[in-house]
Amino acid sequence: MRRFEMIARSPVFVALFLSLAIAGCASKKNMPNSAGDLGLAGSAKPGSTQDFTVNVGDRIFFDVASSVIRADAQQTLAKQAQWLQRYPNYAITVEGHADERGTREYNLALGQRRAAATRNYLASQGVPAARIKTLSYGNERPVAVCDSESCWSQNRRAITVLGGAGS
Amino acid sequence: MPKILRTLCAAFAMVMATLIVATLPAKAQLKLDITKGVVEPMPIAITDFLSGDQLGANISNVIAADLERSGLFAPVDKGAFIEKISNPDAAPRFEDWKVINAQALVTGRVTKQGDGRLKAEFRLWDTFAGQQLDGQQFFTSPESWRRVAHIIADAIYEKLTGEKGYFDTRVVFVDESGTKEKRIKRLAIMDQDGANVRYLTNGKDLVLTPRFSPSRQEITYMSFEGGKPQIYLLQLETGQRELVGNFPGMTIAPRFSPDGQKVVMSLLQEDGSANVYTMDLRSRTTTRLTSTSAIDTGASYSPDGSQVVFESDRGGRPQIYKMGADGSNPQRISFGDGSYSTPVWSPRGDLIAFTKQSGGEFSIGVMKTDGSGERILTSGYHDEGPTWAPNGRVLMFFRLPPGSNSPKLSTVDLTGRNLRQIQTPNLASDPAWSPLLE
Repeated sequence: MRRFEMIARSPVFVALFLSLAIAGCASKKNMPNSAGDLGLAGSAKPGSTQDFTVNVGDRIFFDVASSVIRADAQQTLAKQAQWLQRYPNYAITVEGHADERGTREYNLALGQRRAAATRNYLASQGVPAARIKTLSYGNERPVAVCDSESCWSQNRRAITVLGGAGS
Repeated sequence: MPKILRTLCAAFAMVMATLIVATLPAKAQLKLDITKGVVEPMPIAITDFLSGDQLGANISNVIAADLERSGLFAPVDKGAFIEKISNPDAAPRFEDWKVINAQALVTGRVTKQGDGRLKAEFRLWDTFAGQQLDGQQFFTSPESWRRVAHIIADAIYEKLTGEKGYFDTRVVFVDESGTKEKRIKRLAIMDQDGANVRYLTNGKDLVLTPRFSPSRQEITYMSFEGGKPQIYLLQLETGQRELVGNFPGMTIAPRFSPDGQKVVMSLLQEDGSANVYTMDLRSRTTTRLTSTSAIDTGASYSPDGSQVVFESDRGGRPQIYKMGADGSNPQRISFGDGSYSTPVWSPRGDLIAFTKQSGGEFSIGVMKTDGSGERILTSGYHDEGPTWAPNGRVLMFFRLPPGSNSPKLSTVDLTGRNLRQIQTPNLASDPAWSPLLE
């Protein structure tokens, strides 16, 4: 759009401008973390994605603003690494997420940092790094929405998604 | 899309011309000093423009709403008017307006021309000095009547404050629908007052953080299209889209340089770091501006293009840093409690707006460009992402009530006293104000 500019205080007709003004002109089954939560242990076919999600645990959680792999997450990732090496045909995408208590762009970067830390840990446990893609959703895909830590802690997560980018 | 844009082109193509400004040089001209912080809103009477139909009243209502929302003007209730304007070209009975304490008076007329266009004329009067301050006329297509009203509101604002207005502008934003866990996000554009919402994407792909070009009808934004989140350009006139660069990882946080020739953004790298890059849109060359193992993002140019402000957690929590536009000499400028992000340089060059997180609240604030003189303008459970009106006096941002994931847009002026929610059809976030083009 082009702005009209006034020719100030001219005593007579002034005129005029022609201005052509053109203006403006995923994912994942949001499933509980362990088999016990669902009571499904053993019902999933070994080697299936359900087996991975239910019996191994597809996600780990992080402390506030942190991408450090916690002790509980290390156990989950060790199990993931074992399973992923047993079933080497799955493509792997690690999705990093952040809670809502941050700004959007920073959270996208933080989610990526969490995904990268998770991939590095899986690689240290023997899963070829080249097999693992990373993706960040920042705070765009919370699993729980409320105004307290009980929700935010569930959202600070990295999810290991089998078969490509989570849909 | 092209159809919409053709309509837009037609809608906004207009001829504007000045009308006789039949006044003597003013003495002690009516003027609102908005540089002093607290301003008592100026009472102004905005009469219905003469017309054979409802249009005259509609135009006057849009003008009044613009001026009222600025917080600088208090439109007088039409019910209090004594004189009924029957000839907007003649001097009004100033006494009738002084007695209801209207310091300024707006009269006008809108007529349909033989060629189908509208002619809108207005005059602005100083009731206490008893003289005309301004008078202009505009020609436009009938569907652009709101735009003419905004242009008249800008003329009144500029005449009475001495500063450029910002009403004839648009805002690009993200429209949100769907569940609170999985929002459907669409790019949308609207007039700054929330009218004329139009959608630019269909909601299939997650889209975030649109920003206006300062020089063209073009926006840059982030899209998760194809499972590979990247920065795109979108031409508003043609609907043409293109990828910005071919980076090995996700790119986020795009923003144009002041000349519109570059996009600055962050590349998320394999090692988890985020660094600031620019891409020259003509030569297609990319330049790396920061080299850190931390997160550097939210880059925004100074209006002269010589510097870039950005956020980084290289010192722990996110803080605001400033560097040369070539990446030289990065220096931290925010030192308050809490963390700082989304720095945006004012179009006037004097201030940097930011989001601050402290004590469980999110605030919108401004600081001088050396980091001193921090002022918080508004705080809440979650206020984020300021964008400047082109005159540098008002900020738009998005606000979420506690625990809802339900953002709406609001504006706040630099005094922090004039906070207004913008009405949008759905939930809305990530606003970016268009420039005023000369």
